[in-house]
Amino acid sequence: MKFAKGFAVGFAPALIGLPFAFPSPAAAAAGKTFVYCSEGSPSTFNPQKGTDGPTFNASSRTIYNRLVDFEKGGTKILPSLAESWAVSKDGKSYTFQLRRDVDFHTTASFAPKRKFNADDVVFTFERMLKPGHPYHNVNGATYEYFKSMGMDKLILDVKKVDPYAVRFVLSKPESPFLANMAMDFASILSAEYATLLTKNNRPEKIDMEPVGTGPFVFKRYEKDNQIRYVAHPSYFGGKQAIDNLVFSITPDANVRYQKLKRGECHLIAEPPATDLKAMRADGGLQVLEQEGLNVGYLAMNVQKKPFGDVKVRKAVNFALNRKSYLDAIYHGNASLAKNPIPPTMWSYNEAVPDYEYNPEKAKQLLKEAGLADGFKAKLWAMPISRPYNPNGKKMAEMMQADLKKVGIEVEIVTYDWPTYLDKARRGEHEMLLMGWTGDNGDPDNFMNVLLGCGAVDGGSNYSRWCQKRYNGLIDDARVTSDMKKRSEMYGKAQAIFKDEAPWVTLAHAKVFRAMRKEVSGYKMSPFGTDSFVGVDLRK
Amino acid sequence: MLAFLVRRLFVVIPTLVGVSLVAFALIRLVPGDPVLLLIGERGASPEVYEQMKAAYGLDKSLPTQYGLFMRSAVAGDLGQSIHSGRGVLEEFADRFPATLELGFVALFFAVLFGLPMGIVAAVKRNSVFDYAFMSVSLVGYSMPIFWWGLILILFFSVQLGWTPVSGRIGIVYDVPAWSGFLLVDVWKAGEGWAGFWSAVRHLLLPATALGTIPLAAIARMTRSSMLEVLGEDYMRTARAKGVSRAGVIVVHGLRNALVPVVTVIGLLAGHIVTGAVLTETIFSWPGIGRWLVASVAARDYPVVQGGILLIASAVILINTMVDLAYAWANPKMRLQS
Repeated sequence: MKFAKGFAVGFAPALIGLPFAFPSPAAAAAGKTFVYCSEGSPSTFNPQKGTDGPTFNASSRTIYNRLVDFEKGGTKILPSLAESWAVSKDGKSYTFQLRRDVDFHTTASFAPKRKFNADDVVFTFERMLKPGHPYHNVNGATYEYFKSMGMDKLILDVKKVDPYAVRFVLSKPESPFLANMAMDFASILSAEYATLLTKNNRPEKIDMEPVGTGPFVFKRYEKDNQIRYVAHPSYFGGKQAIDNLVFSITPDANVRYQKLKRGECHLIAEPPATDLKAMRADGGLQVLEQEGLNVGYLAMNVQKKPFGDVKVRKAVNFALNRKSYLDAIYHGNASLAKNPIPPTMWSYNEAVPDYEYNPEKAKQLLKEAGLADGFKAKLWAMPISRPYNPNGKKMAEMMQADLKKVGIEVEIVTYDWPTYLDKARRGEHEMLLMGWTGDNGDPDNFMNVLLGCGAVDGGSNYSRWCQKRYNGLIDDARVTSDMKKRSEMYGKAQAIFKDEAPWVTLAHAKVFRAMRKEVSGYKMSPFGTDSFVGVDLRK
Repeated sequence: MLAFLVRRLFVVIPTLVGVSLVAFALIRLVPGDPVLLLIGERGASPEVYEQMKAAYGLDKSLPTQYGLFMRSAVAGDLGQSIHSGRGVLEEFADRFPATLELGFVALFFAVLFGLPMGIVAAVKRNSVFDYAFMSVSLVGYSMPIFWWGLILILFFSVQLGWTPVSGRIGIVYDVPAWSGFLLVDVWKAGEGWAGFWSAVRHLLLPATALGTIPLAAIARMTRSSMLEVLGEDYMRTARAKGVSRAGVIVVHGLRNALVPVVTVIGLLAGHIVTGAVLTETIFSWPGIGRWLVASVAARDYPVVQGGILLIASAVILINTMVDLAYAWANPKMRLQS
């Protein structure tokens, strides 16, 4: 009897009292530590191999530099590892003059004996370009991003002119080339490190124990848990104010928010949309927002009846009350789109008139098209949430109701995401909800990739619309290096696009970050990646 | 004992073949393939698509793919992850210690509280304790881990601020992986008691979430097993001999009641692994559960089929060890074999 009672009495307080027994964490490791709660694990630390944001944030944006880089928070191209460059008259040769006195990182596995030079640039690109290169097949790399941007066909040769000059020879003049050189896959690796790894017979380490020239030195990656960096003491852009950078990998958005509130992280990626209001009201936090480099749209397959008729496509444009979707689907976190490119991008044509919501006009147009009684069609709704369209199914239902008013009977169809992509790629759809997030800030990356004739077979032109005048303009713009002329051409092409209406342009979604009050110097990138250059913690 | 082991081995091999077949087939029954997910909105021409499929060996017929998978599996090679390009075995080994550590602590928590709860409930049958403990265990047994984990975070971390929200250790502690068990590695890294307590604090909530169902199962099993033993004649005899009540319960009662409880604990090892999938997702715990969830979403075939095979092997191994422990605890078993 005594035993049982004694136990029961001692049991409850022991359970409740447990958490009190532990001391609070001791003082931090030396210096300032900045914690970023990221959404996912990187697949590799080599940006040449990656395709996703978590990989780029953990590698190219922290460890590496490129010959040219995007300005902080923008899409403008600035010198980086290259101090200047010259384009030949025919536009087929780019010569980069390299920065001198740039140090690669000293890590646990590597101590550089020389500074950055042309050999590193040649090594970086030959690894991706040449199937016979000793590092080409290391770690099963396929360089899909590099290839999908057409770089493997575009670059014929990378030549070392002298130790501090490199020449790229292209197969054709292509102006977006320079923007592509600022993309993540163009990050410069160390040739000296590769030579050492080959000698030690451990080439596979190149992608998991990275060495770059960037602001932060890779220290350690604990799978799915955290990535640790220290500031690069001799970074050519100056040593960073924060001494330690930690990525705390936290896939659940709600948990990220709770961690931010508790002070377990200083900045979180993709805060949960439903809690933005509470975050703004919280005095200890700051919420940042920016129009993303994206577009959500409804593609009409012009190869399927009756969408070959421009009048029908215009009718659909007039029939949809797009403004009502912004609140219902995006919770107000988006702006109405009228062009295929977002307004933050150069060459955006402000003068293009938008289609207003006008069911009467839609009916009139259908009548002119010989479809006075309306028609039946299938509308494909995306099964997953994307920034450019957080809720495809709900949007499809709202469109269904709008279209019914003008006599178009819509049946909503959906598949799981990979199947959806596969069938859409083959052009099996009639009306399709889709979207795009830009790669390099160049209009070509939207207007050619999504609407060019070549992209019909490539599978990313989902309206399968191929218009001669439009395509001529974007083809010419691609080979013109004068920015002003290019801008005019893209502006004209946007007007043709709007008039031909292969899409219903829906929205440009905003991107959010939330951080603690004491964080300073952070700027959002239009590409949705996170860089911690210039970030500091106020006391 | 040897014959017993050999007999077990004959059961293990067909089980593993069955598991591999099911894992292989299930992930391929889910629509979509890894190449499509890699391509995304960008699209790819049919040639490029076929080329990429071929690069991952997905162009071959299903029986061929299975045959290749099994052939290399027998040789100890489970293939490469499509996502990371690294060996499946290597990736598994990196994450398994985290799951094991969480599982051990969860099971420890379950036994630490479940066993006494069951004993008290049995000894003080129909008392307030009995009703309270059994109601608690019934609720615990029926609680969805996902919901329970979030409630724990909201209450203990956010409301009370007693425990961290997620992760394995405070960010200030820089602990390189050595054994993979953080509770051990903190000492190697020289972080001392402060680091150890930080790791323990991080373990509290996930271990509670994961250990709740086993706790309830152990408490209920202990109670019914104890009740049976308490009614035995030898208990009365021992008491009549003048042994104290506590002595009778612990020495004569508990020891005999433990045999079925040990079996249940063994079976719970399987539960710990399946529960880890959910618990690890909620608490950002870097173990194999989260790894598998992410790999299913990415249709990373080699990881899913190889990972499931490895987990099944681990569960079978644990169960075999429990059977051995059972044979040790129960002389009757040994005599039979």
